[in-house]
Amino acid sequence: MNKPAVDQTRTIDRVNATLKQRYNRERRFRRFGLAAVILGLLFVALMFLNIISQGYSAFYQTRILLDIEYRQEVIDPAGERDPATLSAADYAALVKSALRALYPDVKGRGEKRELYGMVSSGAALVLRQRVMSDPELIGSRQALWLPADDDIDMLVKGRIDRNAPESERRIKNRVLAWVEQLEARGAIEKQFNLGFLTGGDSREPELAGIGGAVMGSLYTLIVTLLLSFPIGVATALYLEEFAPRNRWTDLVEVNINNLAAVPSIVFGLLGLAVFINFFGLPRSAPLVGGMVLTLMTLPTIIIASRAALKAVPPSIREAALGIGASRTQTVFHHVLPLAMPGMLTGTIIGMAQALGETAPLLMIGMVAFIVDIPGGPMDPATVLPVQIFLWADSPERAFMEKTSAAIMVLLGFLILMNVIAVILRKRFERRW
Amino acid sequence: MSNTLLILILLGLMALAYRLGMRRSQRLVGGPGGVRDLHSLPSYYGFFTAIWCGLPALLVLFLWVSLQSGVIRDLVIADLPEAVRTLPPAQLGLVINDIQNLAQGNIVSGEVSLEMERAAAHYQRLRQTSFAASVVVVLSLALLGLSVGWRLVSPKFRARNRVESVIKWLLVGCSTIAIFTTLGIVLSVLFESIRFFEMVPIGEFLFGLDWSPQMAIREDQVGSSGAFGVIPLFAGTLLIALIAMLVAVPIGLMSAIYLSEYAGARFRAWAKPLLEILAGIPTVVYGFFAALTVAPFIRDNGALLGLDVSSESALAAGLVMGIMIIPFISSLSDDVINAVPQSMRDASLGIGATHSETVRKVILPAALPGIVGGILLAVSRAIGETMIVVMAAGLSANLTANPLQSVTTVTVQIVTLLVGDQEFDSPKTLAAFALGLLLFLITLVLNVVALHVVRKYREAYE
Repeated sequence: MNKPAVDQTRTIDRVNATLKQRYNRERRFRRFGLAAVILGLLFVALMFLNIISQGYSAFYQTRILLDIEYRQEVIDPAGERDPATLSAADYAALVKSALRALYPDVKGRGEKRELYGMVSSGAALVLRQRVMSDPELIGSRQALWLPADDDIDMLVKGRIDRNAPESERRIKNRVLAWVEQLEARGAIEKQFNLGFLTGGDSREPELAGIGGAVMGSLYTLIVTLLLSFPIGVATALYLEEFAPRNRWTDLVEVNINNLAAVPSIVFGLLGLAVFINFFGLPRSAPLVGGMVLTLMTLPTIIIASRAALKAVPPSIREAALGIGASRTQTVFHHVLPLAMPGMLTGTIIGMAQALGETAPLLMIGMVAFIVDIPGGPMDPATVLPVQIFLWADSPERAFMEKTSAAIMVLLGFLILMNVIAVILRKRFERRW
Repeated sequence: MSNTLLILILLGLMALAYRLGMRRSQRLVGGPGGVRDLHSLPSYYGFFTAIWCGLPALLVLFLWVSLQSGVIRDLVIADLPEAVRTLPPAQLGLVINDIQNLAQGNIVSGEVSLEMERAAAHYQRLRQTSFAASVVVVLSLALLGLSVGWRLVSPKFRARNRVESVIKWLLVGCSTIAIFTTLGIVLSVLFESIRFFEMVPIGEFLFGLDWSPQMAIREDQVGSSGAFGVIPLFAGTLLIALIAMLVAVPIGLMSAIYLSEYAGARFRAWAKPLLEILAGIPTVVYGFFAALTVAPFIRDNGALLGLDVSSESALAAGLVMGIMIIPFISSLSDDVINAVPQSMRDASLGIGATHSETVRKVILPAALPGIVGGILLAVSRAIGETMIVVMAAGLSANLTANPLQSVTTVTVQIVTLLVGDQEFDSPKTLAAFALGLLLFLITLVLNVVALHVVRKYREAYE
């Protein structure tokens, strides 16, 4: 009577034999999942930390206290106070003599050039502005905080290692000694840099600001909003409330879904070929940028608006139609107001996308170096992300700090817009 | 500026027309009490009059503004001396630019001749005449429309139906913009591409192994012949996209699985939006991160290991692009995983499978088509992504599979060819449009396939 070996092992034994292994696998799988989430979160944290740690210092600027003497013979030798003379005067000479007065024993051209190089070339502009607005200053003395050169700025902010050998440092030992003297006297300090937020672009990192780019972004976004919101809402209304189901509306829908996934740079090509070459609109203008971004954000707005319209229950429509409202009256008096919060949320998210978009704007020439702050949608301008792109390309160490700070401002705006969208949704979302 | 004023005046007229039409309808039936005798509510008569007043005038103004610069240009050219008129189009364009600049008081490129001053004065006169004429025409049209609309108002008149049909046609018009956009994209890249293929044969473009798009300024210049072979660009694009997918797919998919199958409600509520922050960060920020943080990091560590890493390595761009795509993959996978019916999970768990076995052997196979569709969409995004590669990838077209070397991509080349000064008849500029056409077609095919797969899958369980 030989029993077959198979009968000896019950199923439960076979399960138990591998159970430990299977539980181990389960734990491992779970850990992989957790690790993936943590890795993703780590990337978020890393990027924010990286950018904030590099950028926060750009909101402060190193300034040097100089005793400026507004000498008549330099500014206005004839004494006529003619604005043209005042504007053309050599203010840099005033800064230079103030520096020489600080360090009287500096001799030789090379040494002098290093000394003059400590103060930004923007210092002369500050003096000119002061004299132009108040010619009474001529002949007087004034102690002024003037912006330091970007290398000095980096040194004071600790971005240049003071202990590195001279050959590997951008700052010579001599200049380092001068800076340390100034520090000992308290004549050099970091002050809040308003110019960074309000000023235009500049080749000098210490003078460059994002004011122009912010205004450019603002005009571009206004154009985008004015065009894309009405068009997007109208399209959604038509497709959702009026359109018959036929080939044509199918075509429209397929188009919208495809446009949502077309690479943004292709919209730039469209803008270049159609708006600029065909219609002859000006290059670099926020108007054209806004039009290109409109085409790009339309699918987002249309899709969100349609979802919002779909969420309005049919009973609302039926009630309105039942008491004799026309189709159009039903939609505009009852459905649209109820769908509006959802549409606005979608629009804000679309605007946030448009604010961060760079590539199509490169195509239509918004990459130019523009110092002036644009005054309207037809002026040449650049936008915040493009400004970031331009600065990221600049070799100066100080521009890296500026770029990070500009990114902080951009992310700040984006977070603000998303928070508004979330609040809007929380506040007005209705469950039917 | 003056056109803005004109539009404001028109809007004012329309408001006036609204009030006049509404008043007239009320007066015709003898005050507010008689409204029941009107076919439509009084406000519809107002809207009707306003539409008659504003719509034709605005249309004419729009046409006028879009046509005027072309017409004026032709008139100015017709008035130029024979010698200038017969110049080739490009040079003639320069002359016209100069004349326009002169008329607007801007800087002029060359010397100002007497003829040019005359032409500029002529140009200025034409512009003023055109503007004055447009004001007269538009305003008289508006007033005419107002009176027509006002006269048409009567108690039996079906104002509401008319207004509603105008609104409907406006909505239809807006919905066609999507089609016009697609059409515009196709036509604009197609026309320039056809011009490009007249200069460079299409076979050479599609299958050439060399890409160096400079054109000779002089005939005898060294390296004068440009090469327009697109293969190295595509190899580079695919290499970077592949690296991105190797980063994004495991992390994105695993985090979607963890968040939807394992994580508690509170962890999920925190982690999901935080991960989605990655989707909201502008690509230029990723580009900055890739070029100034990740690329030097990889290069320095590679040097420590004795590897020769380019400072514009494909690896850096691909890694950062992968980070960008993580939330895209994870939210799409999340959708499809949640769409798998609960009964399938219950059945699997019920016969004794562990949770991970359920996920791997039941949920993933069921969700696979959707996940594949999502990955295809992500690939199409990676191929079309511009700023990360413009900032972190190289410019030279290397045909290599080594991720430590520098490669270039289609989008990088479009940007480098088109940023800066352009002439619109050199193959260099036109090549960008040909690349754009290819990019558009490839992403279109990927999207159509992916959307089809996703949709088909969704229907299977609904």
